[in-house]
Amino acid sequence: MSTLAAKVQEVFNEPGCDKNKGKSEKERKKGCTKQLAPGAAAGGCAFDGAKIALQPITDVAHLVHGPIACEGNSWDNRGAKTSGSSLYRTGFTTDIGETDVVFGGEKRLYKSIKEIIDKYDPPAVFVYQTCVPAMIGDDIDAVCKAAAKKFNKPIIPVNSPGFVGPKNLGNKLAGEAILEHVIGTQEPEYTTPYDINIIGEYNLAGELWQVKPLLDELGIRILSCISGDGKYNEVAYSHRAKASMMVCSKAMINVARKMEERYDIPFFEGSFYGIGDMSDSLREIARLLVERGAPAELKDRTDAIIEREEARAWARIAPYKERLTGKKVLLITGGVKSWSVVAALQEAGMELVGTSVKKSTKEDKERIKELMGQDAHMIDDMTPREMYKMLKDAQADIMLSGGRSQFIALKAKMPWLDINQERHHAYAGYEGMVELVHEIDKALFNPVWEQVRRPPPWQETTWEERANAAIAAEAAELAADPVKAEQVRREKRVCKCHNVNVGALEDAIVAGSLTTVDALAEATHAGTGCGGCRDTMEQMIEAANAGGAVPASKAA
Amino acid sequence: MARVEVSKKACAVNPLKMSQPIGGALAFMGVQGCMPLLHGSQGCTSFGLVLFVRHFREAIPLQTTAMSEVATVLGGLENVEEAVVNIAKRAKPEIIGICSTGVTETKGDDVDGYIQLIRQRHPELDHMGIVYVSTPDFKDAFQDGWGKTVSKLIEAFVPANATPIQRAPQRVNVLPGCHLTPGDIDELRDIIESFGLEPTFLPDLSGSLDGHLPEDFTPTTLGGTTRDAMAQMGSAAWTIAVGEQMRLAATTLERRAGVPFVLFDRLTGLAPNDELIEFLSRISGRPVPLKFKRQRGQLVDAMLDGHFHFGAKKVTIGAEPDLLFAIGSWLIEMGANVTAAVTTTHSAVLEKLAIDEVLIGDLEDLENRSKGTDLIMTHSHGRQASERLGVPLFRLGLPTFDRLGAGHELTVGYRGTRTLIFNIGNMFISQAHEPGPDTWRREDENVTHFGGEPAPELVQITAMA
Repeated sequence: MSTLAAKVQEVFNEPGCDKNKGKSEKERKKGCTKQLAPGAAAGGCAFDGAKIALQPITDVAHLVHGPIACEGNSWDNRGAKTSGSSLYRTGFTTDIGETDVVFGGEKRLYKSIKEIIDKYDPPAVFVYQTCVPAMIGDDIDAVCKAAAKKFNKPIIPVNSPGFVGPKNLGNKLAGEAILEHVIGTQEPEYTTPYDINIIGEYNLAGELWQVKPLLDELGIRILSCISGDGKYNEVAYSHRAKASMMVCSKAMINVARKMEERYDIPFFEGSFYGIGDMSDSLREIARLLVERGAPAELKDRTDAIIEREEARAWARIAPYKERLTGKKVLLITGGVKSWSVVAALQEAGMELVGTSVKKSTKEDKERIKELMGQDAHMIDDMTPREMYKMLKDAQADIMLSGGRSQFIALKAKMPWLDINQERHHAYAGYEGMVELVHEIDKALFNPVWEQVRRPPPWQETTWEERANAAIAAEAAELAADPVKAEQVRREKRVCKCHNVNVGALEDAIVAGSLTTVDALAEATHAGTGCGGCRDTMEQMIEAANAGGAVPASKAA
Repeated sequence: MARVEVSKKACAVNPLKMSQPIGGALAFMGVQGCMPLLHGSQGCTSFGLVLFVRHFREAIPLQTTAMSEVATVLGGLENVEEAVVNIAKRAKPEIIGICSTGVTETKGDDVDGYIQLIRQRHPELDHMGIVYVSTPDFKDAFQDGWGKTVSKLIEAFVPANATPIQRAPQRVNVLPGCHLTPGDIDELRDIIESFGLEPTFLPDLSGSLDGHLPEDFTPTTLGGTTRDAMAQMGSAAWTIAVGEQMRLAATTLERRAGVPFVLFDRLTGLAPNDELIEFLSRISGRPVPLKFKRQRGQLVDAMLDGHFHFGAKKVTIGAEPDLLFAIGSWLIEMGANVTAAVTTTHSAVLEKLAIDEVLIGDLEDLENRSKGTDLIMTHSHGRQASERLGVPLFRLGLPTFDRLGAGHELTVGYRGTRTLIFNIGNMFISQAHEPGPDTWRREDENVTHFGGEPAPELVQITAMA
């Protein structure tokens, strides 16, 4: 396991990550993933993350080496679309049993690879390690190597057993696997000055195809998309691209950065979500390509297309304005990594609640990002009643969020739209934003809401009424008891990763006369996990040093 | 508020409508020991018979007066008399239910007069009920024949009672429209009995055409409303009519025996069932049983889960007015767009449908309006249009001859509505369009082209270390 441990350490130390660069040497070693709290953890494991990142490669067989749980319970559950082979959707697993656990599963793995090659003859087989074979010491690297030699075919080991960490780590380990074994192993038939890679785009719901026609129109060739609608050979010769776009999630930042290091392929971080971000991304692609030697006129053509497409998109959103003006949207997401959807919603006349954004300047965008990043995080450990209170307080007409909060919204009879990974609608590019507004309109004006909000034909205290009563009782209790109110205020968690509350931070600031976030982090460990609470910490320090209390809006 | 239009075509293509007499015959099939008899040529009966056999997959009692050309011209008294006598001898029914047809109505046979004559000539048949309904093929449609027949049954078997009588507070009459299946009737019975009430259904297809294995083989109906039960209907506390088509029968019963009625124009959807439950709770004086609270919760949840798939879906419906109204109104409440509604006949309920237009027309009209939609809902004859247009068909109503279990399809009650959400929602899910690389590619005059594939670079590619 020493190589895997080293790899994990290496992945944690990601120089391409701003957040990571902001940390002290010591914190950096701890890694960017929050320690999972037993009993309070949610989300996928590293294996899940690795599979998510690579499975969109459509023409290879993805073989999961492990007991049935790992593949049997999860196969074909993602919405990555293909324009060609659908072998990637076939579930392959060694389904190891007791005997394999006792005697080792390597032989079964080897035979499985052989059977797959005999029956399906894919261009490559990706072999995913899982916890149990990792524990019993199955050496998948060796098996893959032997099989590759024997069958004369790339057999790629993906060493990311679930217990090494969460999903995000698995994404990166998957990236390491293709960097080590796939990228740079083949050559394209030809290259052009317009060849790009798109890294970290999974073609969920076919979103890549909302963008690709515009690139085609510009003559820009997607040499390789890693990994949405990808083919093995495309990934293998992706090192010949002139530039890369890293789609705004940090999932595959290591791939983008190392390709820059190894192959001189510059990259930028961009997003296809939202009209502004889409235009920015097109401009960036053109800029990088021109820097790498493409004719300068590409920029002009890009600007022309952006102008045309933006005008068309706004014109298509305009008709919704009348119906949507004044509607309040509660946007809570960790899913769609772009905040410029906000601009589209505002353009359609909608108001965002829970934030005080009027116009999306760049600074505003950052602020929304911080605010919502926190909310998105917060929602993970909210009780249904707390969430109901939030919906009610926000007086929202519709909630946009990831799948987790779906049922709270629905049971509170609140229109809800899925903007998470499992969504069925494609929201990328100019087309996607129009689609999003259309979907919001559809959800908001569905007459089903009138129906389901009807009181039943019998006397009943609904759960909403009970929740309202409980909320009111709590508020009354706190109002009557300042000591308890102060206690509750101090107990409010700030750092979710390390479970540090307001009181502990305030005490630490006072006790150590701390003036910097780093010092406070050093003292309390707060802000050393995901880093999402560092803004709040900074405000608390400012407030304390200004002699006042912690701003109520933030801490209470 | 829908505007009701009538198709201006001379020629009906792929008919949606079926005729009145067989609607009447079906109503008779919900009465115990009955032999429906169509007064017409034998084809009138055999077509109806085949239709019902294919739909219910059951033996169907249905006889004919077998009018010949000569008999048609001279009048059908002899044929009716002979038919009644023969049926009485061979099948020994308690009731013979006669429906006229286009042939005999065109001739102008006075069947009521015939029956008087037959009664005089055959006192040995006094114990047997003979009910006649005028149902010309060339007027109205299936559901009208049904409604008129129920009204006639009431006139024949519910004693007229001018003076107030003691009403049994727990007894309720239920007059279901022909759009309710035997399964629907079972469901309604279960709901009503849960309140300690004793329902009498007229007609009651759940007893006769529910697909049970009979203990005996008789040529008449087996199961259904008995004469005794009909005779008692006058002393029930309430009548519940389901479907506008039952207004005539409910009014007849009210006028005849003073039984007040409430008419539910549909029992599909949340609100109408809330009303039903509230009504039953009120007249029974009992609290709503727990199971309905659970069922309602399940329905609301199904609506919430289902609305994602119904929202903005384009659905076209071809059905008789009451079924169209029930299903159409409910679909609209689920967020679907009913983009075309075709029906068979006039009804007061059509105007209440919250769409622009309802067309009295045929399946060709429905097909022409179903291009590019997400779902067609009509009876099995919609399958050709469905195939031609590539739009899936949800089989709704009679005849459903190419699917099993037509008699047990549910559309009423909280549970029936919930089931409908799942069945139709699953059809929407299974037809979800898979996006492809060209889904969002557009070819209009604004789109410029770079000029094909970019030219390959003339660079030597050397393998990298």
